[in-house]
Amino acid sequence: MKIIFLILKREYLVRVKKKSFLIMTLVTPLLVSCIWLIPIFFAMRDIDQKKIEVIDETGKFASTFKNTKELVFQPVKTPVEQAKKDFGKSGYDVLVHIPGNILQNPKSLKIYAEKNVSLEVKNGIEKAIEQEIENIRLLDAGIDRKVLESTKVDVSSDTYSLSDEGEKDSSSGAATGIGYLCAFIIYIAIFIYGVQVMRGVMEEKTNRIVEVIISSVKPFQLMAGKITGVALVGLTQFLLWILLTFGISSVMSNVLGMESLGPQKRVEQMAQQPGVAQAPAIDKPKTEQKSSPVTAIFKAVSTLNIPLIIGCFLIYFIGGYLIYSALFAAVGSAVDSDTDVQQFMFPITIPLVLSFIMAQFIIREPDGAVAFWMSMIPFTSPIIMMVRIPFGVPAWEIVLSVTLLIGGFLGTAWLAARIYRVGILMYGKKPSYKELVKWVFYKT
Amino acid sequence: MNILETRHIVKQYAQHRALDDVSIDIPRGQIFGLLGPNGAGKTSLIRIINQITGPDEGEVFFDGKPLGPEHISRIGYLPEERGLYKKMKVGEQLLYLAQLKGLSERQAMEKLKAWFIKFDIKTWWTKNVEDLSKGMQQKIQFVATVLHEPDLIILDEPFSGFDPINANLIKDEILELREKGSTIIFSTHRMESVEELCDHIALIHRSKKVLDGPKKAIKEQFKTHTYHVEYQGVLNDLNPAYTVLDKKTLEDGYLRANIRIPRDAAVNELVRNLIDHVSVRAFGENIPSMNDIFIKAVGEVPTT
Repeated sequence: MKIIFLILKREYLVRVKKKSFLIMTLVTPLLVSCIWLIPIFFAMRDIDQKKIEVIDETGKFASTFKNTKELVFQPVKTPVEQAKKDFGKSGYDVLVHIPGNILQNPKSLKIYAEKNVSLEVKNGIEKAIEQEIENIRLLDAGIDRKVLESTKVDVSSDTYSLSDEGEKDSSSGAATGIGYLCAFIIYIAIFIYGVQVMRGVMEEKTNRIVEVIISSVKPFQLMAGKITGVALVGLTQFLLWILLTFGISSVMSNVLGMESLGPQKRVEQMAQQPGVAQAPAIDKPKTEQKSSPVTAIFKAVSTLNIPLIIGCFLIYFIGGYLIYSALFAAVGSAVDSDTDVQQFMFPITIPLVLSFIMAQFIIREPDGAVAFWMSMIPFTSPIIMMVRIPFGVPAWEIVLSVTLLIGGFLGTAWLAARIYRVGILMYGKKPSYKELVKWVFYKT
Repeated sequence: MNILETRHIVKQYAQHRALDDVSIDIPRGQIFGLLGPNGAGKTSLIRIINQITGPDEGEVFFDGKPLGPEHISRIGYLPEERGLYKKMKVGEQLLYLAQLKGLSERQAMEKLKAWFIKFDIKTWWTKNVEDLSKGMQQKIQFVATVLHEPDLIILDEPFSGFDPINANLIKDEILELREKGSTIIFSTHRMESVEELCDHIALIHRSKKVLDGPKKAIKEQFKTHTYHVEYQGVLNDLNPAYTVLDKKTLEDGYLRANIRIPRDAAVNELVRNLIDHVSVRAFGENIPSMNDIFIKAVGEVPTT
């Protein structure tokens, strides 16, 4: 164990000290922060206050416009021509002219501004006036708006899953999102760090240092130390990514002048943004005032079994990485050069890529036969099972799948170690698959 | 007592028997030359001694006990194909390799300091290995091999890649290690260094051991009982028991002849006989060089 620890330590430190590690670790959170902060920034920049003077020649729209943080309305009595002339000095950003004949001729509404009026403001004002005109016309026809509202129906459904624990609010949207996210992270991590293991093995082989090392340690110890070392590098990187993304986001949001909010709040704010901009200053009808979609997602997510998902994620993340990195190590040991890698990489990546492709079908039918079998086979289960778990999977299936995963890892590690111990000392021509099989049965 | 003994080692690869019933004894405190043509099985034997692979048949004893994991830290190995981690600092790398051999970090540090002073390479400590020349890397690897003061040091072609000055430096180190009581297995093709350094040799050819023993005894065994003489005069009426193999005229007018005498004949008689006939300037025995022995031994083995 002490030897494995020594190897692990070297593998870890060498990688963590690399410039490329540092750059990747810093740049990725920076990019991620930018990708989701910049849209918010631009969304918020539009919110600077606009002063709007309203010339209402009908006198009927006084209560139509309500002041908000972004828009301040000021009814004025000056004649239009005068107001237009003084507009430059008046300090108003927008001039709205509601002519006396608006009820007969709704197209006569005029909006003036020095710069172009943003579409949201224009739409908002138009909509408000439209509604008011409608109201007035309805009233003239003897229909109360409230009566009209009450005749409107809004059909939307919430999905419920019927499980043993009874009826539970579940949102298949949230389950899909979480499942796909977990599967994607596992898929990417296996590729990034599995290939790092392979490169490490190849480096030792082509450097010829491997012969010195295995005169001191057993090949299996070297392989195990390398795989665990790289695993820790991966965990470190993910952890740093999470912390840095969080840190950079809050720093950036301060710099950009946003309120320093938690990311969740910010998401909510972003999600609400279009709604606010679309209908400024309008008394929203009650039916529209449903909870925002983000709140709905949070509500839906909170109904999922989060501890189970996190627990399973860790198990499948580690299990999947271990299985594949053992295979990658075997490939690295069998080849001498980068050009030979492709041939052996291909069969290994097939189940990985296949399960990632299948994930999108399985997400639509998480309880089908294909889904079941693919979540049992250890080479596909890390991705497929993670897709299924947010939808609810019977406990026995998870237990069986994890057992098979552990068994699969032991089998793969055994196989990989047998190929590895022979491969690292073989130079020259590229081995055939037949030879690889022979290596497995070599006695040492 | 022998530090290492192998008994009837057999190593079989798929189609090829790399070692066939190889038994050798390596005496403590000597430089043991492991010789043989390319592909004879030397590397296979070295790997078995290093426990990189195991024999299919036969046993290996280290210090009288069956070879096991506890012996790893008592063996140092410099493979023919050298290699270090290119992107690692020299100091870190040596500390790492020493710890794999069971030294603590502190012990390794102390010993390394001594070697860095001895080889005057203190400035290399923080350099990346890839920034060193090939010869410098070889030096580093030599230090890595002997740092943990192993009882048995296995050097596979240790002089390849060294310029004459550094080769001499390494040679002196090898001799010094023997003085301190280490045993050295020295695998090489270069017979002049065998001649110079080895106390004992074993020759492996086509997976079999064909020769084994102290260098002196082997030379004795390969003696041809021929003598050379440089003379003036006519060398005709010698004792008929003596065979004159060849004669040639030297640049200064003297002649040189090689003469074989019967196995049991006394050399004094030959000398006396020669003096009677010619005037002798020089006389000596033709001692076989290691090169001669190597060619003879390898050539003599029947092909299978």
